[in-house]
Amino acid sequence: MEKDIYVLGLETSCDETAAAIIKNGREIIANVVSSQIESHKRFGGVVPEIASRHHVEQITVVLEETLKQAGMTFNDLHAIAVTKGPGLVGSLLIGVNAAKALAFAHQLPLIGVHHIAGHIYANRLVEELTFPLLSLVVSGGHTELILMKEHGDFQVIGETRDDAAGEAYDKVARTLGLPYPGGPHIDRMAVEGEATIDLPRAWLEEGSYDFSFSGLKSAVINTLHNAEQRGEYIKPEDLAASFQGSVIEVLTAKTVKAAKEFEVKQVLLAGGVAANKGLRKALEKQFAELKNVDLLIPPLSLCTDNAAMIAAAGTVLYEQGKFENLAMNGYPGLDIEQN
Amino acid sequence: MKMLAIDTSTYTLGVSLLNGEEIIGEHITDLNKNHSLRAMPAIEALMKECEVKPADLKKIVVAKGPGSYTGVRIGVTIAKTLAWSLNIPLAGVSSLAVLAASARYYPSYISPIIDARRGRVYTGLYRFEEGKLNLVKEDRNVLLTDWCEELKELNEDVLFAGKDIHLHENLIREVIGRRALLGGANIFYPRPSELGRLGLTEPAVDLHSFVPNYIRLAEAEAKWLEQQEAEKRNG
Ligand SMILES: [Zn+2]
Repeated sequence: MEKDIYVLGLETSCDETAAAIIKNGREIIANVVSSQIESHKRFGGVVPEIASRHHVEQITVVLEETLKQAGMTFNDLHAIAVTKGPGLVGSLLIGVNAAKALAFAHQLPLIGVHHIAGHIYANRLVEELTFPLLSLVVSGGHTELILMKEHGDFQVIGETRDDAAGEAYDKVARTLGLPYPGGPHIDRMAVEGEATIDLPRAWLEEGSYDFSFSGLKSAVINTLHNAEQRGEYIKPEDLAASFQGSVIEVLTAKTVKAAKEFEVKQVLLAGGVAANKGLRKALEKQFAELKNVDLLIPPLSLCTDNAAMIAAAGTVLYEQGKFENLAMNGYPGLDIEQN
Repeated sequence: MKMLAIDTSTYTLGVSLLNGEEIIGEHITDLNKNHSLRAMPAIEALMKECEVKPADLKKIVVAKGPGSYTGVRIGVTIAKTLAWSLNIPLAGVSSLAVLAASARYYPSYISPIIDARRGRVYTGLYRFEEGKLNLVKEDRNVLLTDWCEELKELNEDVLFAGKDIHLHENLIREVIGRRALLGGANIFYPRPSELGRLGLTEPAVDLHSFVPNYIRLAEAEAKWLEQQEAEKRNG
C-alpha cells in the first residue's frame, strides 16, 4: 500500500480566490471558493485591477478555511500547486506568490498548473480517467478540443479562431440587455423559447476541429437590429434558443466526430460553460448512442473555477516529479501543449 | 528576535533580515524587472546566506504602499502568506516612510517622492525628532505643483528624497527655490533595513484584512462612483 498524497491547490487566475486540498489526485478533502462576481456586476464584467485587489483581501482567509475544513496542517501536505496561467496577469500573481511563500515557509515542492489542465482534471474528481480521451473545454476564454493519450499530455486538435463560446454568450446576453454574467441567463431563456430563427453554423473547412463564433454573434446582433428597424418584435427567448442551438450543434457535432476519429474511451466536458444545461443535454443524447465512449460531466460546482481541479492536476505533476523553483512567474498566455 | 522585511513597492526590490535592531543582511536590486519573478528568490537567497530558516522568523514587515499597484501587491501577498502560515505577527509600514528614513540624519522636513505620472506624485511630509521618524502630513497622491505650494508656506528647509525627483527637479526649484534640497538616487533610496527598523515598533496588523495602501481607488471604481454622483445630481 503506497502512502497517500495530499496536495494543496491555489487558483486566482480570474475572479475567484480558491484553495483546496486533494487526496491522491482524486478525493476532495477541502474545497473553498470565494467569488467576486458581485463586485464586478456593476461594471458589466471583470475589472482586472479590482479582481487583483480582492485576491489580496481573500487569499489567507481562503487558505485558513481550507486547512480548517480539512483539519490539517502544513505538515500533512506533500506539495503546493497553483495556477500559473493563462489568466489575468495581476490576478495570477497573487496565487503564484502566495504559493511560493507557502512552499518556501514549509519547504514543500512547488507545482505550476495550466488552468485548462485543471478544468480537465476536475473530471478525475468524479471518475478515473482512461486514455485516450477527448476533452471539450468551453469557458469565457476558451473553446478547445484537447486530446490526451496519457496523464499530463495535452494535444489541442481544435480551438476557436475568434471568440470563445463563453465570450459569444456574454456579448449576445448584453445585446439582449441581460445582466452580467450572461451565459446562465441565455441558457435559462433558451429553455423557454423555440429555435425558430435561422442562424449560421460555422463548420469551417472539411475536417477541421476549429471553432468560430464571431459570425454567429454578429448574426444575432443583426437579426435584432433589423427587426427593430422594421418595427418587428422578436421574442428574446426564441433568439436565445436559436443562438444556443447553433453553438451547441457545432460543439457536439465536432466533439462526436473527433471522438470517433481518435477512438477515445472517454469524452470530458470541462470549463465554466460546462454548467450549461443545454450543452450537457445535447452531449448526453449524442453519446448515449456511442456505446464504447464514456461521457464525463463534472458537477456544476467543479465546472466553474476552483482549486480542487488545480490540486488534482497538480498531483499528476507531483507524481511525475515536475516541480518549479521560486522564480516561477504568472504567465497570462501560457500554452497547454508547451507546458 | 529575527525579522524579515520586504519592499516591492517601486522598482527597487528590497529584502532585509534583522535581529532586533541589528541588521543581519540586506538585499537590494534596482532593475526594471518583475518582482513576481525575483522577490521570493531574493528572500530565499538572503535567508540561506544568513542561515536563517523560515521557522526562525518572529515577525514580518512589509512596505504597504503607496507605489506600483502590482508591485505592492506582490510584497503584501508574500508577507501576508508567510506571516499567516508561520503564525507570526505582520506589520505594515508606509513605502514613503521607508524612503524618508533614508534621510535619517536630516534635521528638517523630508518629502519622499514616488512618481505617479501626469504631474502627480505620491508623497507625505516626515521629520526625524530624537531619532524617531514622525509623520507631519499624511501620505497622499497629489499634483506636485500643489504640493510644492503647500510646502513653500512652511518657510523651512525641505529635503526631497527618492530617485524619481530628477523628473521634477525644475518644478521643485521653481516653486520652493533654495529651501528645497534635492536628494538623488544614489543616497536616498528605500532601504529594506530601514523598513525593518521602522517595523520593529510597528504594532501587528489584523492579518486577514490587511491590504496595501493604494491611496487611490481603482480607475473603474472611481469612474463608477463619479457616474453615480452625476446620476444623483441629475435626479
Ligand atoms: Zn476557468
